[in-house]
Amino acid sequence: MTVKIYGFTPAVCPQRVMLCLIEKGIAFEIIPVDLQKLEQKQPNYLSKQPFGQVPYVVDGDFELYESRAIVRYYAAKYADKGPDLFGRTLEEKALVDQWLDIEAINFNPLVFSIVFNLHVLPQSGATGNAAEVEAAVEKLGAVLDIYDRQLSKTKYLAGDRFTLADLTHIPATMYVVGKCGLSQLIDDREHVEAWWKDITNRPAVKRVISMVDSNALSFSP
Amino acid sequence: MAAVKVYGPTLSTAVCRVLACLLEKEVDFQLLPVDMSKGQHRSPDFLKLHPFGQVPVFQDESISLFESRAICRYILDKYPEKGNTLLLGRGGLIERASIDQWLEAEGQSFNPPSSALVFQLAFAPRMKLKQDEKAIRQNEDKLKKVLDVYERRLGETRFLAGDEFSFADLSHLPNCQCLVSGTDRGGLLTERENVGRWWAEISSRPSWKKVVEMQSAETSP
Repeated sequence: MTVKIYGFTPAVCPQRVMLCLIEKGIAFEIIPVDLQKLEQKQPNYLSKQPFGQVPYVVDGDFELYESRAIVRYYAAKYADKGPDLFGRTLEEKALVDQWLDIEAINFNPLVFSIVFNLHVLPQSGATGNAAEVEAAVEKLGAVLDIYDRQLSKTKYLAGDRFTLADLTHIPATMYVVGKCGLSQLIDDREHVEAWWKDITNRPAVKRVISMVDSNALSFSP
Repeated sequence: MAAVKVYGPTLSTAVCRVLACLLEKEVDFQLLPVDMSKGQHRSPDFLKLHPFGQVPVFQDESISLFESRAICRYILDKYPEKGNTLLLGRGGLIERASIDQWLEAEGQSFNPPSSALVFQLAFAPRMKLKQDEKAIRQNEDKLKKVLDVYERRLGETRFLAGDEFSFADLSHLPNCQCLVSGTDRGGLLTERENVGRWWAEISSRPSWKKVVEMQSAETSP
């Protein structure tokens, strides 16, 4: 049975799930949810994802939402398939969890504020809040300085292998770099730049980009 | 001396999350205070332990970790047979995924508005900072919407991820406690029938009562 991802492929959270499944070589279908028409806030959708957000997945009888919970599930379920995205020892896994939480709590809110104000609002004809962006960019710079120091010691955030901790950063950062004109946040930091070039060169990332560009609604390994 | 060390003050919700977990698991630990009012969390020595200058930091014989939820996951994975053995479910991936889903709901949907409210209503006055009325209103509205989702969920299941107390419920304890004891907005929880029932049940656990005692002891003259 193919995994069904209910969502919108240009959106960051569904892309997190797509990346993980492609890395693991797991087939999936996208069931489009029309965010422009606020389909995610309709009763039908809310009965599946009560917070009114994308994505949620259906895998046979099993349903799950929250992209970071979904990627943890598939990384654990298919631990022996494709790259090990989680870590082999208790300690390796703990470092992956640590950086996953740094992304969720310290990194994502800043990136969200930037992308929302510089890309999402203008796209729908509204004006973003410049002061909010300025504050977020400054804080994100400080966060990326810390990342740069970490990445001067380890090739990836949690150690010497690519893991979920790196993966979860990719979708939103692609927007910051590609759609918000803020590539210097990455390029001005030697080790962050090297890390970013490496992880965005992965076939799974290129596949997600091409799926979004071509409006593809399914993936088979 | 216990091998496990937790650095941080008990007035930190994130520190209390880790203490609650250690107490549920009956794992001995030493709590080492960090005086944030004196900027100890920004000292060069502390920044070596936590590059973001936050609390808590956790150390045992194998690892040094930050991010309270990642620390809890490590404790739960390291001591599966000790204390409460059901915090991550009974071992199945699907049960664990449901717990992860509600943990993400806590981290992404509940934590931001509840932390902002707690900061504005409990901490800002103590720190002699001016309260931001707009932030209070906005975050209260966001939190109400989240708690409406919780109210429906807790009408279907006894706890968030199912019918047993799990790490997902535990993770909510610190901010809920702050709202109830440190602000006049406790009614957001207690005046909702199912959320109120859930709060009464989770906060009466001996492990949580012990954390609250530790908080009183630390803040008493």
